[in-house]
Amino acid sequence: MLELADVHTYYGESHVLQGVSLGVRRSEVVAILGRNGAGKTTLIRSVIGFSPPRRGAIRFKDADITRWPPYRAVERGMGLVPQGRRVFPSLSVVENLVVARRDGGRFTLARVLELFPRLAERAKSRAGRLSGGEQQMLAIGRALMGNPDLLLMDEPTEGLAPLIVREVGRIVAELKREGLSILLVEQNLPLALSVADTVHVLSRGQIVHSSAPAALMANEAVKSRYLGV
Amino acid sequence: MTLEFWVTQTFNGLSYGALLFLLASGLSLIFGVMRVVNLAHGSYFMLGGYVGLSVIWRTGSYVLALVAGALALAVVGIAMERMFLRRLAGQTLGQVLMTIGFALIFQDLALLIWGGDPYSIRPPSLLAGVVTAGPGRFPIYRIFIIVIAVAVGAALWLLLDRTRIGAMIRAAVDDPEMAQGVGIRVPRVSLGVFALGAALAAFGGVVGAGFLGVYPGLDFEILPYAFVVVIVGGLGSLPGAMVGSLLVGLLDNFGKALFPELSYFTLFAPMALILALKPTGLFGRA
Repeated sequence: MLELADVHTYYGESHVLQGVSLGVRRSEVVAILGRNGAGKTTLIRSVIGFSPPRRGAIRFKDADITRWPPYRAVERGMGLVPQGRRVFPSLSVVENLVVARRDGGRFTLARVLELFPRLAERAKSRAGRLSGGEQQMLAIGRALMGNPDLLLMDEPTEGLAPLIVREVGRIVAELKREGLSILLVEQNLPLALSVADTVHVLSRGQIVHSSAPAALMANEAVKSRYLGV
Repeated sequence: MTLEFWVTQTFNGLSYGALLFLLASGLSLIFGVMRVVNLAHGSYFMLGGYVGLSVIWRTGSYVLALVAGALALAVVGIAMERMFLRRLAGQTLGQVLMTIGFALIFQDLALLIWGGDPYSIRPPSLLAGVVTAGPGRFPIYRIFIIVIAVAVGAALWLLLDRTRIGAMIRAAVDDPEMAQGVGIRVPRVSLGVFALGAALAAFGGVVGAGFLGVYPGLDFEILPYAFVVVIVGGLGSLPGAMVGSLLVGLLDNFGKALFPELSYFTLFAPMALILALKPTGLFGRA
């Protein structure tokens, strides 16, 4: 589905991703863990095309998308739930959803509103007036409206109340059951380990550990050195 | 100061404001979506008037002149955005300098093609008369301008507020990067908005040639008005462009009628005051 080969991404002169290689298979959930500043968000930005890599290659569904503009990656079947949610504040809830609509899949406006009843209640509200949790639901629903095969989720539980964190975890698990491939960046270790098939630990722009969740759970050295737990 | 004076000046101010709205709405849209301060916008207005003039000379059709003026400048706008401005995406100063370069080129080009004489487009006879009502005398052509501006304003509002394309434009204004991240072809949206803005200005130029005329220097004469409208109303806001146009149209008319020697002062002093109190303009967002 998704294949990163030796990806190097820079912000100006700062060398953020220093040769990252990883893959996401069909219906697989891959979690990226690591401390702040490790390069997790840059990884997501490189994949979607916000910050294209300077070297290396990104392949998605048999196409080299390394330097594609973001909308082309989305048209090919990528969905983005960005860090900080980034809903369109002046658009209503429904407008946020319909601007992202790409027909030809199981997710329609009706289906997304059914999945997130809270959004249906606030359909006409401006997205900028929603609570953080509601905005997160909207950001996820918006990405689903594009009927993606691969979902990129960048810290979907950041800054949310525990009750809503659990709700987000439930949704990610449900999307996984539906067969979506997910590349998940997450600081919430228990949540990430509970849904992921594979975890990678990122530190200073390089992958320093890759394993199944259970193996990471048991590896106290990696956990304390790179994740601070 | 008779009642007739107030009625006539108010009406003239409103109709001039209506014309300014045609010009300024496009400028505001372009800024909102692309963050481009387009100093060639007055040139679109003038060139639209000239193209309309040539079409009238050839065909005698006023309607054709309106359509041709708008379409011709939409093409000019598309070429400018695609071939030049896009290369400078994100470089504000470079873009401003480029648009002023274009404005100067357009000025010379117009002089070369249409010469230095002032012309005027004679409105079709249907729009030529004057309506007298109570103390006021209202030229039908100016009523026509108000009707056109209201129709254009309503159409723009419907487009922006009630359609999916309008929501996409607003999404691109809110967060252009994220708009691409949900699959919106932002470069195409920008191009469309630029073409629409240029076409509106040119349309206004043809309409305006019926009572301002069209002549060398019109471009840089009208440009400050468009900017005052957009700055007072708030950059990127359609309601702002509406209110700003009416305000500027009225201020300009009453200023020139009451204090002719201070007409620039009566126009720019309220602008300075509004900006001091609300730096984003009346309807602008930070």
